[in-house]
Amino acid sequence: MTLIKEIDYGTPESLSVKSVTLTIDGKSVTVPEGTSIMRAAMEVGTEIPKLCATDSIKAFGSCRLCVIEVEGRNGTPASCTTPVAPGISVKTQTPRLAAIRRGVMELYISDHPLDCLTCAANGDCELQDMAGAVGLRDVRYGYDGANHVFARNNGEVNFDWKPKDESNPYFTFDSSKCIVCNRCVRACEEVQGTFALTISGRGFESRVSAGMDEAFMESECVSCGACVQACPTATLIEKSVVAVGQPEHSEVTTCAYCGVGCTFKAEMRGEEVVRMIPWKDGKANHGHSCVKGRFAYGYAHHGDRILDPMIRESIDQPWRVVSWDEAVGFAADRLKAAQEKYGKNAVGVITSSRCTNEESYLVQKLARQGFLNNNTDTCARVCHSPTGYGLAQAFGTSAGTQDFDSVDDADVILVIGANPTDAHPVFGSRMKKRLREGAKLIVIDPRRIDLVRSPHVEADYHLPLKPGTNVAMVTALAHVIVKENLVNLDFVKARCDWDEYQDWAAFVADDRYSPEALESVLGVPAADIRGAARLYATGGNGAIYYGLGVTEHSQGSTTVMGIANLAMATGNLGRRGVGVNPLRGQNNVQGSCDMGSFPHELPGYRHISNDAARQAFEKDWGVSLDPEPGLRIPNMFDAAIEGTFKGLYVQGEDILQSDPDTRHVSRALANMEIVIVQDLFLVETANYAHVFLPGATFLEKDGTFTNAERRIQRVTKVMSPKNGYADWEVTQLLANKLGLNWNYANASEIMDEIARLTPSFAGVSFKHLAEAGSLQWPVNDDSPEGMPIMHINGFARGKGKFVITEYVPTEEKVGPRFPLLLTTGRILSQYNVGAQTRRTENSQWHPEDILEIHPHDAEDRGVREGDWVKVASRAGETTLRAKITDRVAPGVVYTTFHHPNTQANVVTTDNSDWATNCPEYKVTAVQISTTNGPTDWQHQYRELTEQSRRIASTIDAAE
Amino acid sequence: MSHDSVDKLVRMANQIGTFFVAQKHPEGVASMTDHLKKFWDPRMRNAIVAHVDHGGAGLDPIAIEAVKRLKHPAGAAASELRPGEGGSDG
Repeated sequence: MTLIKEIDYGTPESLSVKSVTLTIDGKSVTVPEGTSIMRAAMEVGTEIPKLCATDSIKAFGSCRLCVIEVEGRNGTPASCTTPVAPGISVKTQTPRLAAIRRGVMELYISDHPLDCLTCAANGDCELQDMAGAVGLRDVRYGYDGANHVFARNNGEVNFDWKPKDESNPYFTFDSSKCIVCNRCVRACEEVQGTFALTISGRGFESRVSAGMDEAFMESECVSCGACVQACPTATLIEKSVVAVGQPEHSEVTTCAYCGVGCTFKAEMRGEEVVRMIPWKDGKANHGHSCVKGRFAYGYAHHGDRILDPMIRESIDQPWRVVSWDEAVGFAADRLKAAQEKYGKNAVGVITSSRCTNEESYLVQKLARQGFLNNNTDTCARVCHSPTGYGLAQAFGTSAGTQDFDSVDDADVILVIGANPTDAHPVFGSRMKKRLREGAKLIVIDPRRIDLVRSPHVEADYHLPLKPGTNVAMVTALAHVIVKENLVNLDFVKARCDWDEYQDWAAFVADDRYSPEALESVLGVPAADIRGAARLYATGGNGAIYYGLGVTEHSQGSTTVMGIANLAMATGNLGRRGVGVNPLRGQNNVQGSCDMGSFPHELPGYRHISNDAARQAFEKDWGVSLDPEPGLRIPNMFDAAIEGTFKGLYVQGEDILQSDPDTRHVSRALANMEIVIVQDLFLVETANYAHVFLPGATFLEKDGTFTNAERRIQRVTKVMSPKNGYADWEVTQLLANKLGLNWNYANASEIMDEIARLTPSFAGVSFKHLAEAGSLQWPVNDDSPEGMPIMHINGFARGKGKFVITEYVPTEEKVGPRFPLLLTTGRILSQYNVGAQTRRTENSQWHPEDILEIHPHDAEDRGVREGDWVKVASRAGETTLRAKITDRVAPGVVYTTFHHPNTQANVVTTDNSDWATNCPEYKVTAVQISTTNGPTDWQHQYRELTEQSRRIASTIDAAE
Repeated sequence: MSHDSVDKLVRMANQIGTFFVAQKHPEGVASMTDHLKKFWDPRMRNAIVAHVDHGGAGLDPIAIEAVKRLKHPAGAAASELRPGEGGSDG
């Protein structure tokens, strides 16, 4: 194993199709027009010395180290800022160039500490490398003059020296080592798009400044780490490198946080992670990351992790640590007993959108082959199930239509119910980059998300609609497009069902769907809706990105179909720069759906009633499968309360915290006779579990994740599982106790079975993934290397289907008792229920959930900034602190759901999407009042949690 | 099945009916029957059928009609939807 070193070409790739041939040091080179001479030289393996250049950011030309000579031209231009020209002859090393470079380096080093041996960047320092490359042997200026290096000069305080900024939990900033190359500032601007850094002062006074000369943690810095990665010295460096030292080997793997699916090099020393560096060749992230992926992996060795299997007879008892064999034996016996007593449909499974494809596949297989029922579901139920249903209706396949790179060609970006800069930050940065290049932006969201206005990005239209009115909004947009003759009729006639289109056009053209008629329903000025519709329909390539603000509604599926209607009507499908793009919440939501986790369909989205598909599995698995759909998660809870559902195996999902109407869920769980939780920690659901099977982190196992763009990517084991087994191995142990006789030796064999039985995965194997890096399904004979953009010449279902989207107001209405609408979302630093991120330093950014409330609503209720407030709905009540802000409209309050003490889902209701039962998280009618602190329920819940987390000491267990 | 649970199924069925009653291609009742077959597990389908047998209180006309067709497999055996249309939910 070696440390993967990517080539730094110095300047970004030119996308020109025209090529230019020149000569560098006597070698002929042909590169795209617009390529820098520096990059062209690197293409043939000639590394011109450089400090301020790196290929993730534009050339800057400040360090003067990369000078070259061009035959017939005067002077010594910088090779980073000089583009290639046909026929020129370049020399990269002459006595004159060598002397210039040495002189430049001499000046740099005269104001730089010489503590190389004890410096954390030792061995990974470009300044050190360049000193060597240019042959620096002496610094004639000495070190006694004005400098930024020493705290004191000759005993006098040196005001040019600044102490280290250690405020950020993950990296340090030591300006005494800074060479003011600007790479960090430019990375923050160009790659991340936050503009938190600048250079303050001029000349000798120049220094990198976070915000207005603030500490990093007090500035706007979002801790993505792009600056740390760009820094050529130890000025910005990971604290983990300071603590451990330089890594000695690395492996490419995929992040286990959001659905963007960034790939990283896990840089290791033995089995210890030194740091995570986003992989430049990663097709989803192209070398960028966010604070979670790069830094928040510390949960893997957090003290709360449970490493031994545990069981208990009933949930009021303390846990008892047992052997794996005893734990899975106990689980299997109880599952069998439940089926014998209550029937074969009395037990089920929940697969995890955080685990690998291989693991989800095995868990659903356990239900189908082992339990002989289809009671399998996954957390996608509560997030993107309406996407699957809606897009399958419209296009015939239930996935996003584009790859992420497609955004580079978008002219109008329409964001609905998504907050990419917080929830999908690396893609958010890509989007912002395109917006800075001039793409137009429409944001449809009740809340003023960061994208609406942030440095160098401003939405052309922000339509702050009332929560729960998405269908009215998309239909009003369609109304404008149809009535103002903005429909792309050529596309519609060629690609869609014409009769259905005509019915739909007549439906949306009705006056009741005009923006004017809906103004009071939506709470948005009609003129803005008209303007936004015109812009989307006529502004060039229109790309729609949407998230859970679309799906988690009683009409979630209808909105998805309404979005598909908009894209079809305007011809925005089937090429780069357009499309319908669901932003998936969790790392493997797409994959867990692909793997047949839903109760009505087998892997590859084939309905369980499809005889041919079922028979293929029956033949392979040697059992006869139930052709009837099984229970979805909310149906499982209902059946448990009813008394007909008695056993559940949950892998890597904390349903008690993440699912709506917590009290309903806890009642259901309490009614079961066997609940098996497989997770890293004693999560909230484990309060109701009888068996706890310790899980492995993504660093401890092999497999694949599939991201929001259908991209299948490898997860690579870089350390031994602390709990002893990868999660798929744990499922196999349980399956074998149930008599299934599985013999998978590794994850690759599981993928081979998936490929054998799933047409859209036919060409996927670990070997193929190793060769290709990643593959976007379908991967089969028709598209052997996968399909970045779908529906290019026709829809998967044939003709695109226009669906009539009648707006039906949610039953969750405001009234005198509950006059405000609560909606929920995520924040950048925390992830989902927070089980992982809360166990890292990320909590420094977001230690608790906060309720955002408009100043008018706050004043009416006497709520002041930071007050404890009670949030009550018809389902329950909880308390949290208030933040007064006009980011939310009057009548709307907002919070995140990352902390178990807040239990935001105590107040959410059991309303759900009509087609998929996806919960209506995004709309809850509530009342807000001031209070002294946590509610009784919160106190009781905390006691229950403490009770149920007791683990008997081993001596007790032996007795 | 308890009173509560039936109420919930009635609510869910009406929600589904509200969507399909607006559709013209294919006809709403058939689509709704197909939807129930594809996404409701037999326990839920039996419960709603039993509820319709007892008069179907609270159910909208389209929902009653769709559930009746569930009862008579002959009328709903052949899916009236085209391939791919039943779709997945994910």
